[in-house]
Amino acid sequence: MSNIVKLILLGGMTLFAAIGANLARDPAYMVNALTVMLVAGGMFLWTVRRIDEPVAVANPNEYMDGVVRAGVVATMGWGLVGFLVGVVIAFQLAFPALNFSDLTQGYLNFGKLRPLHTSAVIFAFGGNALIATSFYVVQRTSAARLWGGNAAWFVFWGYNLFIVLAATGYILGATQSKEYAEPEWYVDLWLTIVWLTYLAVFLGTIIKRREPHIYVANWFYLAFIITIAMLHVVNNLSVPVSIWGSKSVQVFSGVQDAMVQWWYGHNAVGFFLTAGFLGMMYYFIPKQAERPVYSYKLSIIHFWAIIFLYIWAGPHHLHYTALPEWAATLGMVFSIMLWMPSWGGMINGLMTLSGAWDKLRTDPIIRMMVVAVGFYGMATFEGPMMSIKSVNSLSHYTDWTIGHVHSSALGWNGMITFGALYYLTPRLWGRDRLYSLPMVNWHFWLATIGIVLYASSMWVTGIMEGLMWREVDQNGYLVNAFADTVAAKFPMYVVRGLGGVLYLAGAIIMAWNLWATVARQPKSVSTAIAVPAE
Amino acid sequence: MMSDTPRDPADDHASPANPDNQIGLGRQSADADHAAKIAGDIPPRTAPDAPVTPRAKARRAGKRHGVAQQETPSTGHQWDGITEYDNPMPRWWLWTFYATIVWAFFYVIAYPAIPMLTQATQGVLKTNARTEVAAEIERFAQANAPVQTALVAAELDDIPADPQLLGYATNAGAALYRTWCTQCHGAGAAGGPGYPNLLDDSWLWGGSLADIHLTLQHGIRDPLDSDTRYSEMPRYGTDELLEPTQIVQVAGYVRSLSGLDHDAADAAEGAGIYADNCAACHMDDGSGDRGQGAPALNDQVWLYGSDPETLVRIISQGPYGVMPAWSDRLSEAEIRSLAVYVHGLGGGE
Repeated sequence: MSNIVKLILLGGMTLFAAIGANLARDPAYMVNALTVMLVAGGMFLWTVRRIDEPVAVANPNEYMDGVVRAGVVATMGWGLVGFLVGVVIAFQLAFPALNFSDLTQGYLNFGKLRPLHTSAVIFAFGGNALIATSFYVVQRTSAARLWGGNAAWFVFWGYNLFIVLAATGYILGATQSKEYAEPEWYVDLWLTIVWLTYLAVFLGTIIKRREPHIYVANWFYLAFIITIAMLHVVNNLSVPVSIWGSKSVQVFSGVQDAMVQWWYGHNAVGFFLTAGFLGMMYYFIPKQAERPVYSYKLSIIHFWAIIFLYIWAGPHHLHYTALPEWAATLGMVFSIMLWMPSWGGMINGLMTLSGAWDKLRTDPIIRMMVVAVGFYGMATFEGPMMSIKSVNSLSHYTDWTIGHVHSSALGWNGMITFGALYYLTPRLWGRDRLYSLPMVNWHFWLATIGIVLYASSMWVTGIMEGLMWREVDQNGYLVNAFADTVAAKFPMYVVRGLGGVLYLAGAIIMAWNLWATVARQPKSVSTAIAVPAE
Repeated sequence: MMSDTPRDPADDHASPANPDNQIGLGRQSADADHAAKIAGDIPPRTAPDAPVTPRAKARRAGKRHGVAQQETPSTGHQWDGITEYDNPMPRWWLWTFYATIVWAFFYVIAYPAIPMLTQATQGVLKTNARTEVAAEIERFAQANAPVQTALVAAELDDIPADPQLLGYATNAGAALYRTWCTQCHGAGAAGGPGYPNLLDDSWLWGGSLADIHLTLQHGIRDPLDSDTRYSEMPRYGTDELLEPTQIVQVAGYVRSLSGLDHDAADAAEGAGIYADNCAACHMDDGSGDRGQGAPALNDQVWLYGSDPETLVRIISQGPYGVMPAWSDRLSEAEIRSLAVYVHGLGGGE
């Protein structure tokens, strides 16, 4: 019966996508419709061929790890793509000839590749990492198999389909032109379906948990899932021009649209890149360090403080614009109050290592996680500082912002994800250990030096740029032309690109190390059945 | 959707024997206990969970364990082997958090912050970013007002003789140039293909202060300004006024005017074509006509380039360079400053 429903749905989707591809008003919509048609059609055939096979019954006492394994592979793959595009656009800024505008007819210009890079690293790399680790963590810390059977697989494949649709759309010109919310209306609708399923799977697993309490990592993951659902829906409210075209018109306009966009944009940082990854940190650091979490009280207070304060801080992205002054004031003071709640996570992460600091010397994975928490602390101090109006008047629109974003994204999100992947891979594929610890060490140093080059060069250009822009002579006239500041930034742009190359090189080493762990390491010899815990 | 594949007995990582894949048996034995608690049978918490001494963990063979510290009480919770200390929040952390809240409170009182029915609270300091920037603009405007008035009142040609006016106009003009003009004429004012070099003494529409001033005010071929400087070179190729071979020939002749390498036969043929079609504006000797913005063709300064391909393209398609009029964007004092600055770059007449 359920197969019949599935076939009707898939067949309907295939047909609708085929009609859409035929009637498409623009190439982006056509390519996306063809992609959906191929995926839905392929699954239709696959379902038809398996319709008489007996349905396998999963053992409820086993963790569902297949989807986590797929997530680890997707995280690594999208990470490489995202980092590579980042290196390309960094050099495009330094050497505009690398746009190859004539050769590629502008399809691979900086303006097209830039959202591709941000979406690839945040949503493809970061999103897959969050989904995979949350599925792993919620099962272990709830002592329960994922709720919803194959719904978890739907979340994985649905989310990655969203990424493919979004990325091809950008290149072909389908964009809402809202930062981090570029995908057009039909891609947004699809993500909403996928995300609500994700929420159901996660929540269902928590509800059927066998532990009396919910572990702190799961608070953060749950906050991330719920808030992103809300942000995504509100910021993407729009009316399509035609159901056969990608273009849509935003419901909000003018300064309201800007305010909603940065309410979304800032909380994408707050709940996607901070809360979600704190969930990751709260599981993998205690596991890897084999130490108890430092303070339960601190985790409660800083969790609720983050949840309450973060959501108000968005207006600091719009200082000195058409936004009313009072909104800017509130955005700024909430950002300042957010400083300590953010640091609560850093303290809990670092202090968890007390008694295990010696592991920094011997365990490069711990080192990676500690550096991640360090960059997290630095970024969550820098952020509130940059939200202060007088600092923002210097830093806004400059490369300082780019440096801030990257020291947090490469340092915090990247490094903690790398640590989690190094932890997960041997366990998920049943290997005793990683293929090579020295390679982890190489990755660590390449990534760290890469981040330092990136962040310091952007601090230098950002502050230089801000000072040059605002420099006036005694009569109140500007001293520098905009083009002067661009020319002055060139050497630092090259340094930034080199930093990106190092970071990408580290990730390539990691990919090879993880692949070799699975392909070249012997499977662990199964010891006897797990010894009862008590 | 991928089906949840049945367990492959040959696949070790899905095996029940793999400890990492199994929900601990001990876990299951505690289930009934926990299920009762989850079901709501949780006694009210009158006191913290009793400190539990971390167990000597020996659950899994071959697993490394950190050195257990006994001095801090644990909350007694445990998830997948993770326990929690019941440490207090760091004192400095808590006090800094309080301090930021207090600071936020005072800041909100001092500056515009709370939205009310008709407008937001304006703050006891009665200031905001908009009034501050307006005040700063006003301060410079007032400081510059006397010299700007004098600049506008003076005869244009007298400005260079007045050191005070000249100094101000040169500085202000340089700043205005960097803001409005570098995009086309370049940061060093050396121009580029299609954008005149402002450093030399070859002028399209005249290089006196009055000429530059007029060009700045009304622009060149600006469709929005009725007093704009206007002229148009015919499109000899596009409109088929000349044969392609004739265009090549006249291009050769044009190159000969300034002594560049050229095909003598082409140039000889081109001389007659030039006299018939070009001399009216560019003059017989190629010296150009500033009255209609016709460039001199007998010098070494080229607006679009002197190579034969470029000349053929320009003659065929006709150039139509546009410079915007600035009188609706800049004040008279600013336009005069710019004129003085450009005039002083080297080629002023």
